[in-house]
Amino acid sequence: MTALLLSLVIIVGIVSIVQMLRVFDLSNALKGTDEIQVNDQETNNIRWAFVVFFLGFFAFFIYLVASFGDQLLPQSASLHGLEYDWLMDLNMIIIITAAGITHILLMVFLFKYAKNVSPKATFVTHNNRLELIWTTTPAVVLTIIVIYGISAWNSMLMDKPEDSINIELYARQFDWTARYAGEDNQLGKANFRMISTTNALGVINSSSIDDRLNEYDDQIFELEASREKVFPGGVSDDEILDNIILVKKNRAAVLQYEEQSKNENFDIANDDIITKVEFHIPVNKSVNFSIRSQDVLHSAYMPHFRAQMNAVPGVITHFYFTPIITTKEMKKITGNPDFDYLLLCNKICGAAHYNMQMNIIVETEEEYNKWLAEQPKFNVAQAQ
Amino acid sequence: MLRKHNKNYIGGKKMAGHKETFITKYLFSYDHKMISRQFLLTGTTMAFIGMAMSLLFRLQLAFPGESFAVLNFFLGDKWAPGGVLDPNMYLALVTIHGTIMVFFLLTAGLSGTFANLLIPLQIGARDMASGMMNMLSYWFFFLSSVVMIASLYVESGPASAGWTIYPPLSALPQAMPGSGTGMTLWLVSMSFFIVSSLLGGINYIVTVINLRTKGMNMLRLPLSIWALFVTAILGVLSFPVLFAAVLLLIFDRTFGTSFYLSDIYIAGEALDHTGGSPLLFQHLFWFLGHPEVYIIILPALGISSEVISTNSRKPIFGYRAMVGSILAIGFLSFIVWGHHMFVTGMNPFVGAVFTFTTLLIAIPSSVKAFNYLSTLWKGSIRYTPAMMFSIGMVSTFITGGVTGIILADAALDINLHDTYFVVAHFHIVMGLSAVMAMFAGVYHWFPKMWGRMLNKKLGFVHFWLTFITAYGVFFPQHFQGLAGVPRRYYANTEFPLFDGLSDISYMVTMFAMVGGLAQFIFLFNFIYSMFKGPKAPQNPWGSNTLEWTTPVEHVHGNWPGDLPIVHRWAYDYSKPSKDGTDYRIPGQDFVPQTVPLEEGEIDGEGH
Repeated sequence: MTALLLSLVIIVGIVSIVQMLRVFDLSNALKGTDEIQVNDQETNNIRWAFVVFFLGFFAFFIYLVASFGDQLLPQSASLHGLEYDWLMDLNMIIIITAAGITHILLMVFLFKYAKNVSPKATFVTHNNRLELIWTTTPAVVLTIIVIYGISAWNSMLMDKPEDSINIELYARQFDWTARYAGEDNQLGKANFRMISTTNALGVINSSSIDDRLNEYDDQIFELEASREKVFPGGVSDDEILDNIILVKKNRAAVLQYEEQSKNENFDIANDDIITKVEFHIPVNKSVNFSIRSQDVLHSAYMPHFRAQMNAVPGVITHFYFTPIITTKEMKKITGNPDFDYLLLCNKICGAAHYNMQMNIIVETEEEYNKWLAEQPKFNVAQAQ
Repeated sequence: MLRKHNKNYIGGKKMAGHKETFITKYLFSYDHKMISRQFLLTGTTMAFIGMAMSLLFRLQLAFPGESFAVLNFFLGDKWAPGGVLDPNMYLALVTIHGTIMVFFLLTAGLSGTFANLLIPLQIGARDMASGMMNMLSYWFFFLSSVVMIASLYVESGPASAGWTIYPPLSALPQAMPGSGTGMTLWLVSMSFFIVSSLLGGINYIVTVINLRTKGMNMLRLPLSIWALFVTAILGVLSFPVLFAAVLLLIFDRTFGTSFYLSDIYIAGEALDHTGGSPLLFQHLFWFLGHPEVYIIILPALGISSEVISTNSRKPIFGYRAMVGSILAIGFLSFIVWGHHMFVTGMNPFVGAVFTFTTLLIAIPSSVKAFNYLSTLWKGSIRYTPAMMFSIGMVSTFITGGVTGIILADAALDINLHDTYFVVAHFHIVMGLSAVMAMFAGVYHWFPKMWGRMLNKKLGFVHFWLTFITAYGVFFPQHFQGLAGVPRRYYANTEFPLFDGLSDISYMVTMFAMVGGLAQFIFLFNFIYSMFKGPKAPQNPWGSNTLEWTTPVEHVHGNWPGDLPIVHRWAYDYSKPSKDGTDYRIPGQDFVPQTVPLEEGEIDGEGH
């Protein structure tokens, strides 16, 4: 019924526009007005309309700043974030000035040189001096922007403090896991072939390799057994064989890995600490994140800390920062008792991309150490 | 030679005289004017589909999780159960909307229409260098459009990994349903599209280089031709790289290679892929992708240069500087792709280099903006709908361009990457500017395409509604982005952080609805005027360029007699006579390119 009504409305609408146009055409033909060229009355209306539009546009900008300005770049909670905000302010002032001046010129020219008030144009082809000015001015301004921008970029990514706390952020569809390096501040190695229900991050220590090899053996055994129970319409024998080959390949890779890294100290993984849902970091200490992904691209985005780095399968990426405001203090600053720092996913990763989040708790070093001590170590959790 | 070819050999068969069948005239036409119209109609159809998709997902963004009969009507019970949009379908809509707008409307629709129409007409050629390649270019585009639309009807849904289709998400059907058959069709469609683009591009380049009429040297070319020429070069150099990227992705998906895949554990199993890199895809993709945005914006700049100069009744200010900036932008566009990848973990030093090269582009771009302004200065502006859209384009080019300075800054990109700030930036600078210029082109050259005039009053209404709602839609998104709202989020309600910004989502959707409806005014005007519009005069806008010397009724070979001979540049508007008492041609404020120079008369900028 609604569809019928809707189509009726549309049809009536189209018919009425056609009729209106006919009337327009007829009356224009009768009056002898030009249907093609824009007359002076219209020109005058349009030049005023442009003035109104641009003033309205400026007003819209001011309205948006007034209504939402306090939510833009919320209070920076990291050390480099302060530099970031300063740089953003500088750039914003430059671009708002540039866009403002050019738009005001545009508005004035559109008003002043409309056909009805400026019937004759002046023949000017170019002006070398003017063009030199508006080539060099942007060049100089951009030089300033480039210099400040690149030096800020370098300090944000290339001056990592030596004593940073190492934490791994591990992404997968659709959640985050954090892994702390533990007392040795060294993250144990991990490999995607080591991932199992009991070892979600594929962390390697001597017992996890044995566990994994056993699991692979069990899998092969089960698959072989299922070959006997093949029935039409179900999983075919070929598919099972393919699966067996894949599992055997993975098993061989793990064996090879074990072989290659005989001299490595797998025990550095033992004191690692794995947490989900939320992770804690101490205030005023540099934190170095190693970011990994299990499946597709993700991006670790922490807007309050002006921090973002993609999680790329097969690669470990890094980002470091120093938080400067605890969650408790931030609750006071924002006046919001429910405030929490968030880690979001900011690279399209699938259906629940929008809900892939983790809370970050920034607290004093004592609180942090106390919390960390309560978390089970990897080898302890493994044994359970 | 060429003329004979076009007249007598149509569809590979020798035809007697002008006899044409429906098939040779309207379907497999070799005539550039017909092919141009085919591109425009197909591009517009695709644009309406792309726009409708954006309106559907805007509903979800303004009213997260609410039920709409219209969603259920279009998407059915599978993708909008009970009228609530499915998150996978949300991503699919976003993906196909982006693909259609970037490639089908603003690459093929814009370049295909105006390069085909304007290149032969404005350089004084009988047709394109190869009519058959031109015909094939259109039909590959058509095929590619059909495949893309067909992918919407696949059971597992169309491609949904974003228009940039980053693997592994796009490579693994386990990762999302859209990466199954839908993605295969997307890749097939894009392969056809690339073939179309290359056939067209090579043709445009050859035509501009070889088929200019007598007297039409390169520095007498209208800026529209310069822009389309450089665009074609960019396309020919960069689309093959996309083809390589697409091909390798097809290999990874189908033949088990590992170009882009490594160390992946998904759906309970460790995949047998090692050694590849998802970043390789990004490098290949953006090596096309960044020139691609200039493939979109350069024709727009060319068109608006023409329209603004004609309707200001003034020469374009600094013609040579404009040509120089087109060339500079074209060159720089190849060495900036890394700015799309600042936060992929690339070496920070590389990031610094890309920051530098990217910011360089701001110089030729600002030269262009200033030259537009100074063309208006001391002009005598005719507010035709085409002119108004071109002015809109100047405004959006500036507004969207300046935010590019922020995003080009690697340090500032850290917090803004993949947020709505990016969405706002590229929609305004690339989307809106190009769409505005495309409208300008259609309003300006409609009389040349169909021999009839568009209704100017509907044009005014269309312009104002479009201009106001366009800013209404995209300008507030800067604010969402600065607050940290990520793009491609199905909803922002899963955590309280962005609750204070829901008003913006609502406002944007309302503007989008009105703006979307306004396009039907254009559609109506377009179709109505095609058949019922007033007959076009020979030279409705008092323009200098050669296309207005051809007869209003289309003929094969464009000019019934000899080709016109060019004696001057295209911008002698309001040129005074020698003694300065009247115009160069008494009583007429323009001097067509075919008018010979007087003794002692300076041509062009007079260097």
